[in-house]
Amino acid sequence: MTETASHGQAPRHIPDRLQGPGARLLKSWELLLFAVAVAIFIANSFASPYFLNAWNLSDATFNFTEKAMIAFAMALLIISGEIDLSVASIIALASTAMGAAVQYGAGTPELVLIGLATGLACGAFNAVLVTKMGLPSIVVTIGTMSLFRGISYIVLGDGAYRGYPAEFAYFGQGYVFWVISFEFVLFALLAVLYYILLHRTNFGRMVYAIGNNATAASFSGIRVARVKFILFLLTGLMSGIAAICLTSRLGSTRPSIAFGWELEVVTMVVLGGVSILGGSGSIPGVVIAAFVMGLVTFGLGLLNVPGIVMSIFIGMLLIGVIALPRLWAMWRR
Amino acid sequence: MGITRRLFGGTALAAMMLAGGAAQAQDNVRIALVVKALGIGFFEAAAKGAEEAAAELGNVEVIYTGPTDTTAEGQIEVINALIAQNVDAIAVSANDTDALVPALKKAMQRGITVISWDSGVAPEGRQLHLNPSSNPLIGNMIIKLAADNLPEGGEVAVLSATTTSTNQNTWIDEMNKVMGNYPGIKVVGTVYGDDLADKSYREAQGLMQTYPDLDAIIAPTSVGIVAAARAVEDAGKVGQVNVTGLGLPSEMAGAIESGASKSFAIWNPIDLGYSATYLAYELATGAAEAAPGAEIPMGRMGKLTLDDNNEGAMADPFIYDASNIDEFKSIF
Repeated sequence: MTETASHGQAPRHIPDRLQGPGARLLKSWELLLFAVAVAIFIANSFASPYFLNAWNLSDATFNFTEKAMIAFAMALLIISGEIDLSVASIIALASTAMGAAVQYGAGTPELVLIGLATGLACGAFNAVLVTKMGLPSIVVTIGTMSLFRGISYIVLGDGAYRGYPAEFAYFGQGYVFWVISFEFVLFALLAVLYYILLHRTNFGRMVYAIGNNATAASFSGIRVARVKFILFLLTGLMSGIAAICLTSRLGSTRPSIAFGWELEVVTMVVLGGVSILGGSGSIPGVVIAAFVMGLVTFGLGLLNVPGIVMSIFIGMLLIGVIALPRLWAMWRR
Repeated sequence: MGITRRLFGGTALAAMMLAGGAAQAQDNVRIALVVKALGIGFFEAAAKGAEEAAAELGNVEVIYTGPTDTTAEGQIEVINALIAQNVDAIAVSANDTDALVPALKKAMQRGITVISWDSGVAPEGRQLHLNPSSNPLIGNMIIKLAADNLPEGGEVAVLSATTTSTNQNTWIDEMNKVMGNYPGIKVVGTVYGDDLADKSYREAQGLMQTYPDLDAIIAPTSVGIVAAARAVEDAGKVGQVNVTGLGLPSEMAGAIESGASKSFAIWNPIDLGYSATYLAYELATGAAEAAPGAEIPMGRMGKLTLDDNNEGAMADPFIYDASNIDEFKSIF
């Protein structure tokens, strides 16, 4: 991490203030991403006559809203220098817990509580292993990724839980106003909350500080372990919320639910300009990245492009968007 | 209701498209064949069948699509994209009986014909379901396969999956019901290999030791049939004991070649894709209506008769033997 700091020449400006050149770079990233989003939107409108339709665009938002909710918390976690690869498995476990509760006659409020509590519990489990025992988060969460989903598989096998109450369907299938779905409203609300948390509070400053240099942060009086503990809890909680939305949308639980989402969430975060090494990134970037991924998958879906080609496209987009600023910088030098 | 939803959501352009779609005659009927996941031989073969039906029908465009993983979420994304394109029909092999219902209901509300095939959707999420076969047809087929090679009659034994496997138990029950039609054939025993290769192998060995005059082993499970065929090969009883039942061509090619199995059965994915496309066409064009008791034509596969749940069985399981195994072993 320290490698990125300039060494050699005497530094003229103080890099940790993130003003001036740093801020400009950050802005240009979001601008670039926004340009990509607009370009994809325009390309889609020309490529398919069905793209510019309110209901269709509303349907398209479901491709990313749940993943984006987790991506907000994941962004903070990655900025702090940690990662959580168990998020999709937390969804599976939370959904299984809710499904099991339904079999015992739980109503909608209980289901929501159980979903959130399972998410928090899983987050706490990761947090304890990482912050109390000092294990690397990537290893811990690869382990819990198998563990959490494994429990779902043991409970459900190749069966499924169904029979969710009718009101429960609102979270994933309800519309607040015209084409604006409940999920989209929740996504927007969470985006604002996370923007405030990361960019407008002391807590947010601490997250950046820890990501840039955890030792220095610790010496400046930041309780590093506690901040990281909270971040893992948040990621677990968001996975719980995503589990509620997804389960409600599907109306059934299978152990394969949300399979492979952890990488899509991390892709979204990295595409949003968050450094995978920690220390930098922003919520607006992640929001735009969510739209970019949603628009790309939906646009290609309208053209009936097979899913595997879509993955290739997303992969190239990720590499392209990340490589472009580096190439630009190299060329200018 | 469909009309109001269309006007509500549609832009002028989309509305024009819809009007064009409703006129039908000049335009192609666009039928989407949605599979559990792309890149699976079984479904690629079904797509081939769908193209065959499209070529016969003339004005049909088949959209073969599906997610990368066998998840319900993935299929919902695909279905949403198809709804957006306002295809005329969706024929889906579902990853989840219930999870697709909301998305497919939405499709039907917007005037899209929805059927399921192979792996079904709950009744409220589709107009009809096409089963590849039915329990009575399968029960009859597995004993018929054994009997066809035993004109003089003989002793057969059953190697099943677990004692609690619903499918296998139903098929064996159905088989016992029609035993009267095969007078010379005697079922001497039923053993359970738990769908584990090694246990099935040992159970098949045991059968051959317990019944030295055994003429055939019927294994209505894809794991059991392969294990039994290997047990017969290893015991040097090829030509003496015929292994048959339900299996996958790719796994059974060796047994057919060695002669341990003369023939076995399973659905034919090509016929399945063909029939699904035909049925979707009949419903989408209004030529037929899905209702209990209805008989809907499906080209060379005859007619599909719907039961009270609007489900129907396509045909007898398809028989694979030395004459066609090479063609199918690369498919699934």
